[in-house]
Amino acid sequence: MAGLRRGSAAIVGVAESDLGAVAKEMSPIDLMAQGIHRALADCGLQLRDVDGLLCATSQSRTSGLSLCEYLGISPAFIDTTILGGSSFMFHVTHAQAALQLGLCKLAVIAYGSTQRTVGRRHASVREYNSYETPFRPFLPSTAYALAASRHMHQYGTSREQLAAVAVAAREWALLNPAAWEKKPLTMAEVLSARMVSYPFTVRDCCLITDGGGVIVMTTAERARSLKKPPVYVLGCGQAITHANISSMPDLTVTGALQSGRAAYEMAGLGPKDIDVVELYDAFTINTVLFLEDLGFCPKGEGGRFVEGGRIAPNGSLPVNTNGGGLSYCHPGMYGLFLLIEATRQLRRECGARQVADCDTAIAHGNGGVLSSQSTVILGTETMV
Amino acid sequence: MQRMAESPLAVYQAHLEKGELAYQWSLEAGRAVFYPRVICPFTGSDLLEWRVSAGLGTVYATTVTHPREGAPYNVALIDCDEGFRLMSRVEDIAPEEVRIGMRVRFRVRRPGGDDPAYPVFVPVEGV
Repeated sequence: MAGLRRGSAAIVGVAESDLGAVAKEMSPIDLMAQGIHRALADCGLQLRDVDGLLCATSQSRTSGLSLCEYLGISPAFIDTTILGGSSFMFHVTHAQAALQLGLCKLAVIAYGSTQRTVGRRHASVREYNSYETPFRPFLPSTAYALAASRHMHQYGTSREQLAAVAVAAREWALLNPAAWEKKPLTMAEVLSARMVSYPFTVRDCCLITDGGGVIVMTTAERARSLKKPPVYVLGCGQAITHANISSMPDLTVTGALQSGRAAYEMAGLGPKDIDVVELYDAFTINTVLFLEDLGFCPKGEGGRFVEGGRIAPNGSLPVNTNGGGLSYCHPGMYGLFLLIEATRQLRRECGARQVADCDTAIAHGNGGVLSSQSTVILGTETMV
Repeated sequence: MQRMAESPLAVYQAHLEKGELAYQWSLEAGRAVFYPRVICPFTGSDLLEWRVSAGLGTVYATTVTHPREGAPYNVALIDCDEGFRLMSRVEDIAPEEVRIGMRVRFRVRRPGGDDPAYPVFVPVEGV
């Protein structure tokens, strides 16, 4: 992204809040605070060191105010951009800009959701849309199903190929002790599960869990003096193509094409240089679309690309190594967890699911109904 | 500046009440605009002219949504011949029989009560 310097900022701390089904009456702000406490411990810093705060949640209209009050801080820099699940990739970009300009020295990016506990209807209230609501789309799944229908029509993508995405995610999740899903999943089970919106069964759709997470960012200079190896922001890119699915220009091409290009350009890297791939898999079609739009395979080939375990553990391209939104956790706006997993992979902290010799990772966030796309490319010390 | 007498949505709904599917035509962009708005998203111009669609279109994307209770139903995106796309539903056939590329014709649906009219489509052959 123009104006940002490759590697000028780094992720120095990450943490998940409680995940899955959290304690009764926990609030999204409780989860953000818990994540901040844990992520600061991860990098050996204190709350008093925080002078930049970025956060978003669908459950609090002014979460920035609530979180500042809760923490007892008045940060020099604050940003509560909310663009759906990709919000946190936008936050990384904004935090990098703020750090580069000296608006703050240490930024935390926080998320929390109790959507499983309170119910999705309460956690994420849908706005009435006179041009869509009368047709009772079950959002977001109906919108993504429309995109899948188009991909199947144009490129012959099959339900089995989509199911392969869910199966691969589950295999990764079984290697992740923090994952919600603990049992193996077969393609036949994906295909025969309860239909939600054709071609998706419930196994093509992300989980509905509670959870939260935090990442801590600082300047590259300061990052080197902290506890853990820094993970540098090498590239960022963003694109907004629409808000509602009926306004998406082409349902088979997402804004990841632009956001990916911008991120690669800033990083001076291409898809062939990326060791670990973390894509926002709200639905199985997402993984297919983003593999294509981020250049890991040609347009239309995503379905064939994911066949045969290529993106599963021991496959040739490690994708969604935590188990993804499909099998690890999905507390409403999942983007932050992609950044957490990419960071942990690059720090070699991932145990059984660790990708060998990885120095670069891409974390791609998606928001709305394929509406906002934001790509972050991260790298280890060897990349800067 | 003159205050707008009617919102874009109100004009659209008034056409629907008359059984018409209305859209806007951007004079500067030379192309259709939908949903109706105050300025054109292609040029930023406010020169938007109301037109009534001939009501013919093609299914662009389709799905069958399965509610937890009640019968599955169709949700589709329709490309109207005038060059705009809208969300709708294809009726008169089973929801899973709706196909991409299918030619369809507009029909107004009046749900009754306080609910506003909305556009649905039905299959049409040979046009």
